[in-house]
Amino acid sequence: MKDSSLVLLSSRYSILKKRLHPATKEIGLTLYVIRRSFLAMIGFVIVLSFIFIAFFGEYIAPHDPYETNIVQRFSPPSTEHLLGTDKLGRDIFSRILHGAKYSIRAGLLVLLIAVPLGVMLGGIAGLYGGWIDEVIMRVTDIFLAYPYLILAMAFSAALGPSLFNAMLALSIVWWPMYTRLVRGQALSVRESLYVEAARSKGAGNFYLIYKHILPNCLSPILVTFTLDMGWIILATASLSFLGFGAQPPLPEWGKMVSDGRIYIMQAWWVSLIPGLTIGLTVLGFNLLGDGIRDALDPKLRRVIEVKWKK
Amino acid sequence: MSAPLFKCENLSKFFPIKSFLKTTAKVHAVDHVDLEIPLHQTYGLVGESGCGKSTISRTIMGITSPTTGTVKYNGRDTSRFSKKEWLDFRKRTSFVFQDPYSTLDPRMIIADVVGEPLAIHKVAFGEDREEIVLNLMELVGLKSDHMYRYPHEFSGGQRQRIAIARALAGDPEFILLDEATSALDVSVQAKILNLLNRLKSELNLTYLFISHNLGVIRYISDKVGVMYLGKLVEEGETQKLLDNPLHPYTIGLLAASPKIDPELRRRTADVVLTGEVPSAQNPPPGCRFHPRCPRATPICSQSVPPLEDVGEGHRVACFNLE
Repeated sequence: MKDSSLVLLSSRYSILKKRLHPATKEIGLTLYVIRRSFLAMIGFVIVLSFIFIAFFGEYIAPHDPYETNIVQRFSPPSTEHLLGTDKLGRDIFSRILHGAKYSIRAGLLVLLIAVPLGVMLGGIAGLYGGWIDEVIMRVTDIFLAYPYLILAMAFSAALGPSLFNAMLALSIVWWPMYTRLVRGQALSVRESLYVEAARSKGAGNFYLIYKHILPNCLSPILVTFTLDMGWIILATASLSFLGFGAQPPLPEWGKMVSDGRIYIMQAWWVSLIPGLTIGLTVLGFNLLGDGIRDALDPKLRRVIEVKWKK
Repeated sequence: MSAPLFKCENLSKFFPIKSFLKTTAKVHAVDHVDLEIPLHQTYGLVGESGCGKSTISRTIMGITSPTTGTVKYNGRDTSRFSKKEWLDFRKRTSFVFQDPYSTLDPRMIIADVVGEPLAIHKVAFGEDREEIVLNLMELVGLKSDHMYRYPHEFSGGQRQRIAIARALAGDPEFILLDEATSALDVSVQAKILNLLNRLKSELNLTYLFISHNLGVIRYISDKVGVMYLGKLVEEGETQKLLDNPLHPYTIGLLAASPKIDPELRRRTADVVLTGEVPSAQNPPPGCRFHPRCPRATPICSQSVPPLEDVGEGHRVACFNLE
């Protein structure tokens, strides 16, 4: 009895392994393409260190980010304060290490709300067409008609200034891009013969979205997701800079830039260092995103696949 | 002959052309066609591009609904099907398309592609489904290790075999082959046609084979229908029809296709199809073929010739039979 169930289990496992093999092979190829690109690797390293800092930054920070020291205010970068101190004498290096987690949180939250919402609406619009498509797309057009930052400012002003509300406001303005992306993809997939074949066998719309449209949208979504991560970090920082997001004394990067801007002539490091950090992070995500896009480009893939097999 | 699997009566499909809220014209894709597909046989539908072959097939399959007329499947009107009956109909019928490259989802492994009808109809799960898929793949001449690969790793002929395996999943009784071999090399075409013939006799299938290639039609069909501009102009048993074509369009079509038989070549040498196919938006009155017909007489432009039996099920729609 026990023996037979063991056999059953092992045969299940071998089927699963066989089924997963092509997918793992694809992922292996993708990683190989990314590895070949110098810029993508730089992006990868930046993103990786950003994620590391977001999780462990608070443990490696040499100072308490909230600890004020009026005597040492505006001290330039030194061995004691690696990146100098701000107007209250707080250690900027420690504050940046602490701030990373707010940025990554913002990025993830926005994408966790915006991506599923946008993908779902785009899939429905593209597959159903007709008036459903019209309604969804006109609403997205309204959202896209405004610059996203202005709209996010309006929403976060209405919700009240706090970092969480800024993230919510960004989520509200971020989904239309995904709706457009997925709708476009869904429209082309809908016309394909494999969808027609599935339909002629009686497949319903839900099945088509789940089995055909979503898998075929996955790579453009992944690319946009990576590129957007940088933009959302920038947008969150912008909102904080403008006073809509993080409130003092939270060590949020955009807020830190804003705090230092009136002292820029006396103490350039107070604004410049967090600004450069934001820039570097955004750059990292963009380089990685570009690398992923190249890696998922079917034409390039075919060329490189030949080399990979050797 | 046994009862037909499909029986179309007075079937038409018009596509409206809209310009700003009102219909300005209609494309007469299929125009009042009567057609019967006999059980366990292959019905070949021939005609030039745009003559309504594909529209008729899509109407039969219920993908587009007819403008007029009915489609009867096993004697039951498909337009009155309940949801459950439709699902059953979908399970019992399958499609194979022309283009083997876009007919398979590039993100699905072959095991899932072939097993898709089973997934849709929720028959067999896990290992059972894997087993069925394996049997289907062996049936169409693919190897078991092909199961866990993506479509881009296969050639055109192999992809068409995969598409056929998918069409066979769920034990259908009818397969619609829409130009199923047109995109393949000649040698591969022959292999696929042999495979189809073998499957038909092994599994008791009924085919509707759509093609513009008369050679292929001659090889695979038991019965042939010739379409011109939305109308069925001639119909009959393959051998009889192709050896003794009666409608001037069929004669012209046969003359236009390359042939080896010198006797036939001599007989059809003087018949050449001239001119272009008129627009289906504004088809000529009377017989659709009369502007291009060498035998046209005044009556041809006035009334539509009916499809009349000239013996042994050979039906022709022409006023001026020789």
